[in-house]
Amino acid sequence: MTLFLEQMLNGVQFGVMLFLLAAGLTLIFGIMGVINLAHGSIYMIGAYAGTWVATETGSFWLGIPAALAAAAFTGAAIEFLVVRRLYGRDHLDQVLATFGLILIFNQTITILFGRQPLFVSMPALLDGSVELLPGLVYPIYRLAIIAVGLLVALGLYLLINKTRIGMLVRAGSTNREMVRALGVDIRLLYTLVFGLGALLAGLAGFMAGPILAVQVGMGEQILITTFVVVVIGGVGSIRGAFFASLILGIVDTGLRAYLPGLLRQVMVGPEADALGAGISSMGIYLLMAIVLLIRPKGLFIRNS
Amino acid sequence: MEKSLKRPALLAGVLIALIALPVVADATGYAALTSLATRVLIYGIAAASLNFVLGYGGMVSFGHAAFFGIGGYVVGILYQHYSLGEPLFGFISGTNQLLITIPVALVVSGLMAALIGALSLRTGGVQFIMITLAFAQMLFFLFVSLKTYGGDDGLIIRRANELPGLNMRDKQTVYYVCLAITVLFFVILWRIVNSRFGNVIVGLRQSEKRMAAIGLPAYRYKLMAFVISGMGCGLAGALMANFLRYASPDMIHWTKSGELMVMVILGGVGTLFGPLLGAAVFIVLESILASWTENWQLGLGLILLFVVLYTQGGVQALGARMFGRRA
Repeated sequence: MTLFLEQMLNGVQFGVMLFLLAAGLTLIFGIMGVINLAHGSIYMIGAYAGTWVATETGSFWLGIPAALAAAAFTGAAIEFLVVRRLYGRDHLDQVLATFGLILIFNQTITILFGRQPLFVSMPALLDGSVELLPGLVYPIYRLAIIAVGLLVALGLYLLINKTRIGMLVRAGSTNREMVRALGVDIRLLYTLVFGLGALLAGLAGFMAGPILAVQVGMGEQILITTFVVVVIGGVGSIRGAFFASLILGIVDTGLRAYLPGLLRQVMVGPEADALGAGISSMGIYLLMAIVLLIRPKGLFIRNS
Repeated sequence: MEKSLKRPALLAGVLIALIALPVVADATGYAALTSLATRVLIYGIAAASLNFVLGYGGMVSFGHAAFFGIGGYVVGILYQHYSLGEPLFGFISGTNQLLITIPVALVVSGLMAALIGALSLRTGGVQFIMITLAFAQMLFFLFVSLKTYGGDDGLIIRRANELPGLNMRDKQTVYYVCLAITVLFFVILWRIVNSRFGNVIVGLRQSEKRMAAIGLPAYRYKLMAFVISGMGCGLAGALMANFLRYASPDMIHWTKSGELMVMVILGGVGTLFGPLLGAAVFIVLESILASWTENWQLGLGLILLFVVLYTQGGVQALGARMFGRRA
């Protein structure tokens, strides 16, 4: 039972990370109609910048502003130089241009930092574990990630639902043309949304540092999973992205934790492990296929 | 009038050049050129197949590497069962005959395309892009986890498939076989594109509503196009497995789908020979950049960005504009 709870918490933690990326991606999708494959690269840049500064200065906390600044700067640069020209182009052009960006960023990072993964140690404050329930010991750092993720979710909820910018964002994701026709400076809104998305991606990247290795290609791995989140949750829906992130985080973690064991009941050890790992990796894609077949626009978009 | 004469002449010229290529390559000491050209032909088939749904039909599939990989694995798996002498599923014996493996690759990739297409085509737009990607990723992880067929490391095919009367261990022979298949493929594709069916597919891209109003079942036509396109990629995958004597999950990786799309857009979306040209540009660029620097992907990314942002219609259109002709 404690193992199950621990896996659930791991799932939530992974889900929260996914949400930080998916929130930006779904807004960019929903409002600008742009497929941004380079979102994963921003995550990677946040991770590298934060980790590098944290290692150089010896302070984990200085890494946070560095990661955020690097990510926001990269995001703004991408929006200004590339994505701005892609509004209204078809999806094919967007996919290819941002695919090009991935190649550029990956290679640049390789040139700057080499192929060796970087590691950053946890801050002393968050190092260690805490006993949540009798017998359930859980790392503080992962709890902190969950807390940050939930805070961001709450902040986004307030921003989207209670402020004027949020109102424009909501209006923009429903009917872009109408918002423009009403005289709103849509360019500024686009840049703001893109910057916000980039900021969250950078934050996620830096927070992933102490858990995962900071390496080239880390962005693409999580990017595709994030796309699955966005599509399942419904393009443009923050609420959808939130719930879909948590569902996917838990499903993915659960499958990885339990499927090999179940398969081992009917197969030999190593083969069961390999097949289990394979099927668990397929799990989220299967889930997405099923969701799309039942609700082609995603779980949290009302079919009109 | 001028155009109708120019084009066949140009094609004949290109064909003659392609036939002469291995001889010239050998004579000038650039034997590696033949291998390069073989890869161009194979990727040309795959890119042209993708272009049929993407350029003509307007269905942006981000998962066509799936069919490419399936074609490759059909050859690999049949060869493994042939060399081990144990039948697949207990009753299908393996084989190393190209005349059998190619049709099997076509059938299997066609069936998979029918399955994936039938499900994916229920959606559209961004969702279509993502669901095709998802299916390809599913297959990728499936093959990674199949330890029987090499898993992560892929499947080594010790010898290329045999073709009666030919020595398939010779690089030049493989090139000519690929060239013959490529020519045949493009003739068929040309016929399809210019048929009534091809017109309907183009019409569906322009306006699905209009086609539906004429009374055409859009879904069925699109599915058919998707299956044809999947079979083309399967063919290319089977040839690639023969050429490299290797099939691996890398063939299905999403970057491969991306590369195929890059070839299509480099050459020109929705043109018959554009993707072949795009494949040539991509592969030659890749080799040149890779020989200069190990960071060749940086250059490739910049070129790609430039092509997408500043040229409309790829290299073909760029060339046409530079030489003052209309594309």
